[in-house]
Amino acid sequence: MVMDIVFDKVGYTYQKGTPFQSRALYDIDLMIKEGSYTAIVGHTGSGKSTLLQHLNALRKPTEGTVTIGDRVITSETENKNLKGLRKKVGIVFQFPESQLFDETVAKDIAFGPKNFGASEEEGREIAERMLPLVGLDESFLETSPFDLSGGQMRRVAIAGVLAMKPDVLVLDEPTAGLDPKGRREIMDMFYRLHKEQGLTIVLVTHQMDDVAYYADHMIVLEKGTVMKEGDPREIFRDADWLKSKQLGVPSAVEFANQIQKQFGWSFSTLPLTTDELAREMKPFLLQKEAERQ
Amino acid sequence: MMDKLIFGRYIPGDSFVHRLDPRAKLLGAIFYIVIIFLANNWATYAVLALFAFTAIYLSGINRRFFFNGIRPLIWLILFTVVLQVLFTSGETVYLSLGPIVISQEGIINGIFIFVRFVLIIFMSTLLTLTTMPLSLTDAIEYLLRPFKLVKLPVHEIALMLSIALRFVPTLMDETEKIMNAQRARGVDFGEGSVFQQMKAIVPLLIPLFVSSFNRAEELATAMEARGYQGGEGRSKYRVLHWGRNDTLVMVAFAVLAAALFFLRT
Amino acid sequence: MDKIISVNNVTFRYAEDSARPALDGVSLSIEPGEWVAIIGPNGSGKSTLAKTINGLIEPDSGEVTVGGLLLNEENVWDIRKMVGMVFQNPDNQFVGSTVQDDVAFGMENLGIPRDEMVTRVHDALEKVNMLPFADREPARLSGGQKQRVAIAGIIALRPDIIILDEATSMLDPQGRAEVLQTVKEVKERENLSVLSITHDIDEAAEANRVLMMSAGKLVQEGTPEEIFSYGDRLIELGLDLPFPERLKASLRKEGIDVPETYLTEEGLVEWLWTLSSTK
Repeated sequence: MVMDIVFDKVGYTYQKGTPFQSRALYDIDLMIKEGSYTAIVGHTGSGKSTLLQHLNALRKPTEGTVTIGDRVITSETENKNLKGLRKKVGIVFQFPESQLFDETVAKDIAFGPKNFGASEEEGREIAERMLPLVGLDESFLETSPFDLSGGQMRRVAIAGVLAMKPDVLVLDEPTAGLDPKGRREIMDMFYRLHKEQGLTIVLVTHQMDDVAYYADHMIVLEKGTVMKEGDPREIFRDADWLKSKQLGVPSAVEFANQIQKQFGWSFSTLPLTTDELAREMKPFLLQKEAERQ
Repeated sequence: MMDKLIFGRYIPGDSFVHRLDPRAKLLGAIFYIVIIFLANNWATYAVLALFAFTAIYLSGINRRFFFNGIRPLIWLILFTVVLQVLFTSGETVYLSLGPIVISQEGIINGIFIFVRFVLIIFMSTLLTLTTMPLSLTDAIEYLLRPFKLVKLPVHEIALMLSIALRFVPTLMDETEKIMNAQRARGVDFGEGSVFQQMKAIVPLLIPLFVSSFNRAEELATAMEARGYQGGEGRSKYRVLHWGRNDTLVMVAFAVLAAALFFLRT
Repeated sequence: MDKIISVNNVTFRYAEDSARPALDGVSLSIEPGEWVAIIGPNGSGKSTLAKTINGLIEPDSGEVTVGGLLLNEENVWDIRKMVGMVFQNPDNQFVGSTVQDDVAFGMENLGIPRDEMVTRVHDALEKVNMLPFADREPARLSGGQKQRVAIAGIIALRPDIIILDEATSMLDPQGRAEVLQTVKEVKERENLSVLSITHDIDEAAEANRVLMMSAGKLVQEGTPEEIFSYGDRLIELGLDLPFPERLKASLRKEGIDVPETYLTEEGLVEWLWTLSSTK
């Protein structure tokens, strides 16, 4: 079965029918393909977190339909039997360390799998396998999660989501508040899982450089609806538009635009990373060198 | 259902009732709840109801919304009233079945109790709907001032109240966030047997406690860094203004009390 | 002029049996009007150091002097008046129920008369561009706005130095930029010193001096330019690589000679320009 996630004319209104009513999402069409690395960008308050909760039916749309694999979710869908979806689509929420609660790291990681029917031993075994994946060794298994450093807690929380073996992994700013070293290690780990195990990843982020480095599909959300959806390279081409929305562009794109304009160079493709940028710059720099000699 | 319940919430506005001094509103609401026990016949309850409806009208709050918001509580009251009716004996008995007696007095008594409950809820809901929680704490601090003489830590109580109120939305968000995170890990809240539900609440409560303790500690550090050393020698930024309308409202309450004395049997 | 802050050989352990001290013989000083950044990986003792400066933590040995006062139990409250501190979590330092109440909180603690408070709240909110939000509740503010309110609460007390303890690390890029901009403006206008503990490259770039901490010790000191030229080592030190350094590394991979010294983005463009214009 294909685990695509498709939104069709989705809308969501909080506290519908009261004076506190507020519309968070409207008219959303989008598609997250199995095996893709999709980035969702948008400002705080653009509806990102509400949208996220639709990806595994934590919320049901008040309008339209969300299709997750072969399950169709509408406002009429019953709350029963949604649990299976939660196993297929795992969500790492912002500051996920706040979900830790069990006595030991091993038990906390096994919590999800056990809710989905794993036995005590299976849970333990999964925990043992998950720890090295997030860069921690087995010595942590019997530690209380509350004795760990912030960065370690984050890793354990992520392991707790990976432990459910989801087909789709949703990440809500997974590196917020970490130091640069921790940020890099965690982002590299997700990319490895995506490449090696074909895990579908949905990344909600403010870091355009992360979008440039990792994503192959991009969704721009603003004020509760999708403004653009497509290939990141296409979307970043319209740097002025992104800047007018105060979303910014990757630093390589910014710099490439500047030097192309200033030096009259024209690159064959728009470079998104410094490596791509260096590759585009190389012929021009070599040419200059040749002229000099 | 929780979404529709309006008991204890605040709706910003600029009506006559909104603009009253919170002390006047708090005193008035307390006074109303006390004198409601003077009522003992149709006339007195009618006067009280008229007073409450006028107050609601003056608050400018949508009536349909007001009554809808209170509906969830009505069932609770009806339940107590039914019990009251079933177990009150009287002279005119309609039905008697063992310990269960339905009498005319019982029914009338039940209706009165029902009306009393509803009116109390009307007035207290009106108080919170039209008064910022912060202003309410100010009013409470002011009205508690005499108790300083008996060494009641009035300043600390008021500060605790206002910090607690300030953190209510933060903790609500946090609760929702943790619930979502645990639901995403396969927890079903509010499903299954009582035992299963109790078990499901542990992964919610522990993180909430941990984060609240962390918050409290950080908040205490921040307060200390900002020079907080207890109530001694502090000045106050918030002041309350007692206006002519506030006095008028107090007079209205006095008139109401007088009317009740006059009409009661 | 006299130093606004000097920390002399300070050592501190959280528990007597800790494997290593959180601060291990740390000494530093800050001039009036200076902006000093402290970088270092998480757990290197940066925040602990900040807390010794306003007496939130009492060192086991060594001394701290602020504005000429040797910090002790008697003058700790006077020193806290001189040192304003913005913490990491915007929510957990917001005491007041509304923006203006929060700004007034520090002044209430000092017993400043109400009329004076009203003027100062107004001024302080104006300086951080939060005046239109004076009546807002914290739940309806963004992280960046809450941090600006915290800064307003500090400048209302007319301090000499403002300490940013990872004050931008929980914010989105927009919030980060607006807080940094606010600090820059306020620093100039109020003639403050700034001590910022940070992982953010833009914040560190504002500093006159960058100090590096590792395992409770100050290990290195330099101008931002000197520090930024460390290349990949920066990641270990708890700072991101600046864009020009990343591009230089990529160019090197393509076999192109690049200057060893640190270049800003403008510097990089200039270097390319000279490269392409010399005939």
